[in-house]
Amino acid sequence: MALEVGGKSIPLDEEGYLENLSDWTPEIAEALANAEDVKLTGEHWEILNFLREYYEEYQIAPAVRVLTKAVGKRLGADKGNSKYLYSLFPYGPGKQACKYAGLPKPTGCV
Amino acid sequence: MADYEIPKLTGEGYTEVPAVKEDTMKGSGPFIAKADFQKAMGFPTDFDAVGDLVPNWKERALEKMADLKSRYRSLQVYLDICVKCGACTDKCHYFIGTSDAKNMPVARQDLLRKVYRRYFTFAGKYFPKLVGATDLTEEVIKDWYNYYHQCSQCRRCSVFCPYGIDTAEISMAAREILDHIGYGSKYNNEIIGKVFKIGNNLGLPGMALADTLEGLEEDVEMDTGIKVRYPLDEEGSEILLVTPSADFFAEPHIDGLIGYGKVFHETGVTWTFSSHASEAANFGMFIGSYENMRRVSMRIREAAIKLKVKRIVFGECGHAWRVAYSFLNTLAGPFDFLDQRYPIPQHILEYTVGELEKGSLTIDKSENDDKVLTFHDSCNVARGSRMGNYPGGQFEIPRKVIKAVCNHFVDMPADTIHDATFCCGGGGGLLTDDLMELRVKGIQPRAEALKHVTTHYGVTHMAAICAICKSQFTKVLPYYGFTMDQIVSVHQLVSNAIILQRQVSVQARPDEDEDDDD
Repeated sequence: MALEVGGKSIPLDEEGYLENLSDWTPEIAEALANAEDVKLTGEHWEILNFLREYYEEYQIAPAVRVLTKAVGKRLGADKGNSKYLYSLFPYGPGKQACKYAGLPKPTGCV
Repeated sequence: MADYEIPKLTGEGYTEVPAVKEDTMKGSGPFIAKADFQKAMGFPTDFDAVGDLVPNWKERALEKMADLKSRYRSLQVYLDICVKCGACTDKCHYFIGTSDAKNMPVARQDLLRKVYRRYFTFAGKYFPKLVGATDLTEEVIKDWYNYYHQCSQCRRCSVFCPYGIDTAEISMAAREILDHIGYGSKYNNEIIGKVFKIGNNLGLPGMALADTLEGLEEDVEMDTGIKVRYPLDEEGSEILLVTPSADFFAEPHIDGLIGYGKVFHETGVTWTFSSHASEAANFGMFIGSYENMRRVSMRIREAAIKLKVKRIVFGECGHAWRVAYSFLNTLAGPFDFLDQRYPIPQHILEYTVGELEKGSLTIDKSENDDKVLTFHDSCNVARGSRMGNYPGGQFEIPRKVIKAVCNHFVDMPADTIHDATFCCGGGGGLLTDDLMELRVKGIQPRAEALKHVTTHYGVTHMAAICAICKSQFTKVLPYYGFTMDQIVSVHQLVSNAIILQRQVSVQARPDEDEDDDD
């Protein structure tokens, strides 16, 4: 699979995640979301940016609990819960948000 | 939500056996593993591209079959003794949910059996048509790959087979053959590779693990006012806790993990996780690979020796407990360096029930009064292992613990629990998004049983003791109108009800020790 962005062809794996994480740009995030009929808003970007920061430091996506806690701290307690995250990423913040943020898919019993 | 029909629930507690249909689930199976993933596990990589077979695949497949039937006498017996009585036909959740003829356990076995007969039995070699023997063709291989990844190896059919034929073992053997001819499953093999490289299924590096655990300590302190420890790599601890990495990551798994820590805290025992063995799961079993299953198991032995622990305890993980209870000693033993007065290994529920019986935990059951619970027996615990020192302990102990911490408990119908339990629909290495239709349809019998007790007995929550079950339920039960927060970990219930009495942990933070010395 591949994604066409700005005249370039970006390789994706079978599940639509970036083959090469270093390919990621904000435009690619938009394109990945558009392909699934999601329009990225500022609220989405707050989450995606946090995911990328966390990944940079720890080489893995944050646990759901770590994510909700961080979101709660940064954006207010009313947003620090999985319900809010699912409202933005209905297919699951772990997997769907990771895809747009250019992180590898969390694997295992999750 | 889906481009296939989601079965309707009646709430009557049982599912009608569907009329058999052909090929409703015919397909190409889950994503195939690329050469990198196969290489990490010692499987052949001489196929050109993903989806291609290796050169001489037919000979190599038959060679592997001969090897497996000579290694596992049980496999040959299972392939020889089926009398086609039909007792298994309606026992598989995937058959009930999909009505595909090849999802009847006997038909699933026959996919391998017909080839075995053709090449390894007298009648099959000379009169193949008379005995249902067929040549090994590329089409047969594709059927194997597709339908042996529609078996969660839950072994419910084997309970009803008068000969005790274990379809799981046949499906494991088939996957092992497929892995040797270029048809490995991406989901399983990528994950096993991560265990070897990073230490767990998730690919959670030690630093992230440490950060997650530190965060949990803060959360629990904020919640209870007490510094409960969640230690990592602390040498000389009494207990090594080995738990699925989903417990560090997903919900409601992590709420169960919080519960393990509270129980250990309260009973005054020192314990630790290991970053080297930060995974209980052993997907080597799902793919029938003895070599990989052993390699995954050895990490636990290595961690126990390095951390100088006296006991090994397993967290809530279904198939890990089967491997641990039934195979660990032969895979990675002898464990003569552990304290022989305790079960080797021990299940966290055995530990907790013992402490509850001793009265060393202060419990306020009313903390769970907002819930009416039921319990899902995980297949690998129910049919592949035991707990406690008496038959049926694996059914009784989890219920004992739940009833000790909750006032309201109702079991699901008798033919859907204990050793007749239905799989969650995502076990055996099938918990992957590319098998979502199968997972949605396979959960039907369990969803039906759950619907029955929610409708008639006011059940609000279902507790589980397996990371796969918890993930499958939270993801797939919403297709049937349930919500994801209706699924809970058993130790989450313990965690809710436990009133911590011990103000200071017996295990100081390593950095606090240093502070004291300064």
